[in-house]
Amino acid sequence: MRTLCLFLLLFLVASPLYAGEAKPNSENPIIEARMLGLSKDLRCVVCQNESLAGSQAPLAADLRQEIRNMMEAGMSDHQIVEFFVERYGDFVLYNPPLKPITYMLWFGPAILFVLGFIAVFLTLRKRRATAAVSLSSEDHHRATELLDDGERK
Amino acid sequence: MKLKHFLPLGIFAGLVVFLAIGLTLDPRKLPSTKIDKPAPDFRLTQLLDESKTLSPSDLKGQVYLLNVWASWCVACRQEHPLLMELAKSGTIPIYGLNYKDVPQPEDPFDHPKRLNAERFLTLLGNPYTASAYDEDGRVAIDYGVYGAPETFLIDKEGIIRHKHIGPLTGDALVNEILPLAKKLEG
Repeated sequence: MRTLCLFLLLFLVASPLYAGEAKPNSENPIIEARMLGLSKDLRCVVCQNESLAGSQAPLAADLRQEIRNMMEAGMSDHQIVEFFVERYGDFVLYNPPLKPITYMLWFGPAILFVLGFIAVFLTLRKRRATAAVSLSSEDHHRATELLDDGERK
Repeated sequence: MKLKHFLPLGIFAGLVVFLAIGLTLDPRKLPSTKIDKPAPDFRLTQLLDESKTLSPSDLKGQVYLLNVWASWCVACRQEHPLLMELAKSGTIPIYGLNYKDVPQPEDPFDHPKRLNAERFLTLLGNPYTASAYDEDGRVAIDYGVYGAPETFLIDKEGIIRHKHIGPLTGDALVNEILPLAKKLEG
């Protein structure tokens, strides 16, 4: 019982450690919702496969706070996105803009799809042409014989 | 064998080339948007002397390195001997941007804020002409910093000419940064 009490006491000691985790949220729920919506479309530059909304990196927390501050200062979403692109480049956008360097990104999948479609179409057409070859009665007879032979074994 | 039969092999070879190139790229190195742009302005207190400030506008007219560092940053320790050597050679002045260097949020010993950074310089040596104390990392955000250490080469007009991400290496210094600095010095 005493050991258990001591063990539970340990948790009390540890609780101040969690205090540092509380993020300074905006008091305005509208701004908080706007911030979360916007930061889902931005990449965290530290952990690159995470969005800014989901990342636990300290820089991501700072940047979320930065977004809150900018929103409270009355900046539009567009202006805030520009703030990010100016610092980290188009790479931070999960929805990259359409410009010559991103043409392959935007149109590549469609081009591959069309190429694949053409390849399938050509293959199928050729196969149909092959299948249309009719068997002579002699061939047919031989085939049946071979098949029967196989069944008997 | 018709040429057509080699088509899959050709596609495969192309794919191999693409993937091989992809493997040599480091996705952690973002192309900097700040090259050839003016270094963002700031004015912060100096790390070792709160009564003095440091600002890029004070440094106009000289070519210098701005090194983003922190005492908690392991890679900064790694590059530190190289910075010391560079400072000793007197080739180029090095200014520091001390990034978010504060004791833990729940510091039981109530250390002064700048203690860790000061200790770092006392123990390992101070290669910086001066360091600016960027407590909340706000200035680093303006520089597009996403992880210490990062090193900027800034010219006489206050334009960023080069950015090195991660710990400095002798190779990068000798082959890229110093030749460019010499050119900028004119």
